[in-house]
Amino acid sequence: MAKAPALPSGFELPLEPRLPRIGSVDQVAVEERAASLARRSIKREAKLFALDLAVRMMDLTTLEGQDTPGKIAALTSKAIRPDPSDASVPSVAAVCVYPNLVPAAVERVKGSSVKVASVATAFPSGQSPTHLKVAEVRDVVDLGADEVDMVIDRGAFLAGRYAKVYDEIVQVKEAAGQAHLKVILEVGELGTYDNVRRASLLAMAAGADFIKTSTGKLPQAATLPVTLVMLEAIRDVHHETGRRVGMKPAGGIRQAKQAVQYLVQLYETLGAEWLTPDLYRLGASTLLNDVLMQIRKEKTGRYQSPDYFTID
Amino acid sequence: MTDLERRQDRSPVPSGWDYAPAPEARDILTLEERYGLFIGGELVEPGSGEYFPTIDPSSEEPLAEVAQAGKEDVDLAVRAARDAFENGWSDISPAERAKYLYRIARILQERSREFAVLESLNGGKPIKESRDVDLPLSAAHFFYYAGWADKLEYAFPNRRPKAIGVAGQIIPWNFPLLMLAWKIAPALAAGNTVVLKPAETTPLTALLFTDVLRQAELPPGVVNIVTGDGRAGAELVKHEGVDKIAFTGSTEVGKAIQRELAGTGKKLTLELGGKAANIVFDDAALDQAVEGIINGIYFNQGHVCCAGSRLLVQESIYEPVIEKLKLRVKTLRVGDPLDKNTDVGAINSKQQLEKIRHLVKSGEEEGAEIYQPPCRLPDKGYWFVPTVFTNVAQSYRIAQEEIFGPVLSVLTFRTPDEAVEKANNTPYGLSAGVWTEKGSRILSMAQKLKAGVVWANTYNRFDPTSPFGGYKESGFGREGGLHGLESYLDLDESEARGG
Repeated sequence: MAKAPALPSGFELPLEPRLPRIGSVDQVAVEERAASLARRSIKREAKLFALDLAVRMMDLTTLEGQDTPGKIAALTSKAIRPDPSDASVPSVAAVCVYPNLVPAAVERVKGSSVKVASVATAFPSGQSPTHLKVAEVRDVVDLGADEVDMVIDRGAFLAGRYAKVYDEIVQVKEAAGQAHLKVILEVGELGTYDNVRRASLLAMAAGADFIKTSTGKLPQAATLPVTLVMLEAIRDVHHETGRRVGMKPAGGIRQAKQAVQYLVQLYETLGAEWLTPDLYRLGASTLLNDVLMQIRKEKTGRYQSPDYFTID
Repeated sequence: MTDLERRQDRSPVPSGWDYAPAPEARDILTLEERYGLFIGGELVEPGSGEYFPTIDPSSEEPLAEVAQAGKEDVDLAVRAARDAFENGWSDISPAERAKYLYRIARILQERSREFAVLESLNGGKPIKESRDVDLPLSAAHFFYYAGWADKLEYAFPNRRPKAIGVAGQIIPWNFPLLMLAWKIAPALAAGNTVVLKPAETTPLTALLFTDVLRQAELPPGVVNIVTGDGRAGAELVKHEGVDKIAFTGSTEVGKAIQRELAGTGKKLTLELGGKAANIVFDDAALDQAVEGIINGIYFNQGHVCCAGSRLLVQESIYEPVIEKLKLRVKTLRVGDPLDKNTDVGAINSKQQLEKIRHLVKSGEEEGAEIYQPPCRLPDKGYWFVPTVFTNVAQSYRIAQEEIFGPVLSVLTFRTPDEAVEKANNTPYGLSAGVWTEKGSRILSMAQKLKAGVVWANTYNRFDPTSPFGGYKESGFGREGGLHGLESYLDLDESEARGG
């Protein structure tokens, strides 16, 4: 067995039963399993159920240098009321924005169920001193963010300095206080499924409420197999400690069909318990309209022109 | 936030997710009411006039009637094959032979949906397996052996390969079309003609295949298909005009065939039963190993001669593996074979279902602990819940005998040597699986395991280029690859010795 990462004190998983399971992931087999789950055929009411859930689980995201309060206004409006012509379409879970846009978003979603998530900790690279990252997290929480999406220090992780990664997450978690902490692994930079599994366990041990695949700033973002690897790590933690950690694939999910595939994978790996926005989010900027189109198609039996769906 | 926006909020999250039925359409398929025997390029009435119904095991509904071949019918079929062999097939250029095989392969691909639906209807296997495994592999076998047809001299240099003549082939009910392809493709590529007997319970894809032969314009008599129960097979084995018998099926029948052929000079290959060990070491990637265990035993309802029916788990990881395994078994979807989301279909026949029930009962009586997930089975048809037996001792019948159903027996081991010892401690020797992250251990296990196929970190993976066959009571001879060609050829041994 591969040597376990150096585990700092306070590691909350019982060490003994966990040791063999840091283990490894077989690339060929995990990709095969993910592909086979993606071939489930989800029809009619089952599809509508999934599409509705996908909307409820969505973190509607904009992370651009050009983001302005005006853009945030449009985005939040869409988040609260994704399809103005169909009152049965629920609000999305959250909007995900840069720290400077948090106040504008908080103002806009007030009174609705939509949460405000802010990226922090020198997003997307994470290459800044820890005290600056912690300060940033305090600031976004003070500004009213309900959720914090942090990035791990991949440089430290790939250099084998797992304790540094762990300590930083612990400090961020403390700084985040009541805000929900999502830990972004940036799987595209980790290189192997083994690393993804290891980083997942590390993040959960350090207190992550959610683990998240990607920043969305790399071409290699969420994939079905990488998400499966993370779900399996979540399952192991749940089995050993009873703790339920959430999952957020982000980046690259653009079509309703993909969203349904992600939900099938979730359902068949972690069960119905995880089919809730409290434990699963889909991070996406362009997915929503395709889901709305598919919902309307399922309800009316016809596809509508994209012109009938607002671009926000 | 406006009033309109406020209205959208806080509706409760719905719970529970039932996948809606997603049945593959049956209308692509047209079945005749009654099928004759395929002899000399035509479907003809059996001499006895005897027909029997063939059913859909998931509903017990009859699908069609098929002919029972008797002695005279088998004789006619063998004569047709002999005639085709001597007057044409053995003389045409090898490249021409290849052309027919390529045609068959392409037509199978074109009509794969139709064949997949029929395979699931008549055999009970899930459509996702007939669609993604049986059909692509069947076509691949024809493509592969088509490539060899005009290269036999290169396949066996200096050995003057020659066709044998008429091959009698008897195939089982678990992979009806795929076993047909495994048998017919190498036989034709090598220049033989064949008489094939499909299994009693699953003759329909073989009969539909005769339409592929018609489309491919294969000369009459090159392939003959005689349906019926074991009596038809026995007539074929006994027939003096047959030069070679290739049999896939039970060890019991295989032994009887070998006794029958002793001293006749007929060539024989047997692919018989198995009781494969699937060995999981403590350093394996556990979640993927569990997938491999599931695939090893529940693929095709466990109706697989190389099924990983004995799970050997290293004791140090016994608990997590069993925990994960039970969770995973719960997610298996058992039901309508034609539903695209079905993982485990119907048991092939009433007879097989009774055999499974009998052996499972023996397991409980001998003291093994049984686990079966909550599972709602259809009212009609033949079904068996995916089953895991733990606390199984090597001496129990469920650890020794082939169950040929969705029933897994779990045993433990402590060291690699013990794993090898337990794995080899069986009269069978068809296949084995090894799960470890350690490359050197894979190689050392593969050397020590007495099994024709050893899979590492995967299971039930087939490819036409890879030979398949057994040790000990799992039979002899290989199918697939160059080895599979060899058993359909006479090779000039004196040439090989440089004479």
